[in-house]
Amino acid sequence: MGVTSKLGNLGVVTTSLDVAINWARTGAMWPLLFGLACCAIEMMATQASDYDMSRFGMELNRASPRQADLMIVAGRVSRKMAPVVRQLYDQMSDPKWVIAMGDCASTSGVYNNYALVQGVDEIIPVDVYIVGCPPRPEQLIHGVLTLHEKIKQDRISDWATSSEMLKA
Amino acid sequence: MEISQAHDPVASLRAALPDVLHSVTEYAGETTLEIDAKNVVEVVRYLRDTQGLLYNFLSDISAVDYYPDYSQRPGRFGVAYHLYSMIYNRRIRVKIYLDEDAPEVDTMTTLWPVADFLEREIFDLMGINFRGHPNMRRLLLSDDWSGHPLRRDYPLGYETVQFSFNAEQIMKHKPFAKD
Repeated sequence: MGVTSKLGNLGVVTTSLDVAINWARTGAMWPLLFGLACCAIEMMATQASDYDMSRFGMELNRASPRQADLMIVAGRVSRKMAPVVRQLYDQMSDPKWVIAMGDCASTSGVYNNYALVQGVDEIIPVDVYIVGCPPRPEQLIHGVLTLHEKIKQDRISDWATSSEMLKA
Repeated sequence: MEISQAHDPVASLRAALPDVLHSVTEYAGETTLEIDAKNVVEVVRYLRDTQGLLYNFLSDISAVDYYPDYSQRPGRFGVAYHLYSMIYNRRIRVKIYLDEDAPEVDTMTTLWPVADFLEREIFDLMGINFRGHPNMRRLLLSDDWSGHPLRRDYPLGYETVQFSFNAEQIMKHKPFAKD
C-alpha cells in the first residue's frame, strides 16, 4: 500500500499523487478474459480459489477489452490470430499492460515454424515475460507482482514524455 | 433388408470398368487401388453405389508430396481417398497421382458433402485444386497467406533458433511492436 503516513484519527491520509494513483492501478487491475492455449488452464487455476488472484485485486476478468487494463497472453499466438490479438490490445483503454505468459507467448517456445508468431512482442509491446511451459500459478502470480512493482515506478512527470499518453 | 453377398472390389471393378486400374497393392490387409486422376469420381461412385461393395463412408482424403525425388512415381503429388463400407465393415484406398504444375482433380463433394472441408484443407496446405468445388478457399490459414506450407519445398522455420552466440544478431532483426 502506498499510504505513507496517517495523522491521528481524523480519517485523513496524506500521500503523494503518484503513490495514490499507482496504488489504485495495481490494487484493482482487471485482466482481459482471454486465453489461447494450455497456459490459459494455468491462468484459470490462478484465478480459482486455491491460488486466488483476487488477493491482488484481480477477481474479475472482463470479457470486453474496453473494460480491461491487463492483457495476459496465455498461449501460442498463431499468425491467423495475430491481428485479433492486436485489435483487442488496441481496443483496451489506456493505461494498459501486457503479460506474455509462458514460453510460447514470449518466444514461441518449441514452435519455431511458419504458423506461429515468434513471440507476441512482435505485435504488441510486452511489460512482463513469464517463463514456463506452462508456468505454475505461483509463477503467474510472481509475474503479476512484478508488473505491480513496475507500475509503482511510474511517475506523473513521466506521463508528459510517454508516447502512450501523447497519443491518447 | 436383405444384404447381398460381399464382392471382391478389385474383381468387380475390373469387370465393370476395364482399363481404369493401374495397379493393386495389398499390404498389411489394406487394399490400395491406383487409378488415373480423371477416373477418380467414376471409380469412387462405382465403389459406393454397387451392390456387394457399398463403400458408403468417406473416412478421409489425404495428400502426399513426394518432392524432391518422385521419378519412380507418375507425379509429384499423391491424393488418397480412404473409403469405408459400413455394411461389410471393410476399407479400401483409392490413390491418384497429380503433376507438379497446377495439380488439379475433380471434386468429391458431388458424392459426399463432407469432402468439402477435406478438400479445402488439402487446397490450403498442399495447393491441390479441386475442380467443381463449391467453395475453394483456404480453411486453416488466413486468406492472405502465400504458399502452401505442407509442400516439402516450403521453408520450414520462420526464425533462426537463438543461442547465446547469435542472440544479439537475431534480436537486431526481430520486428518488435511499437505501441
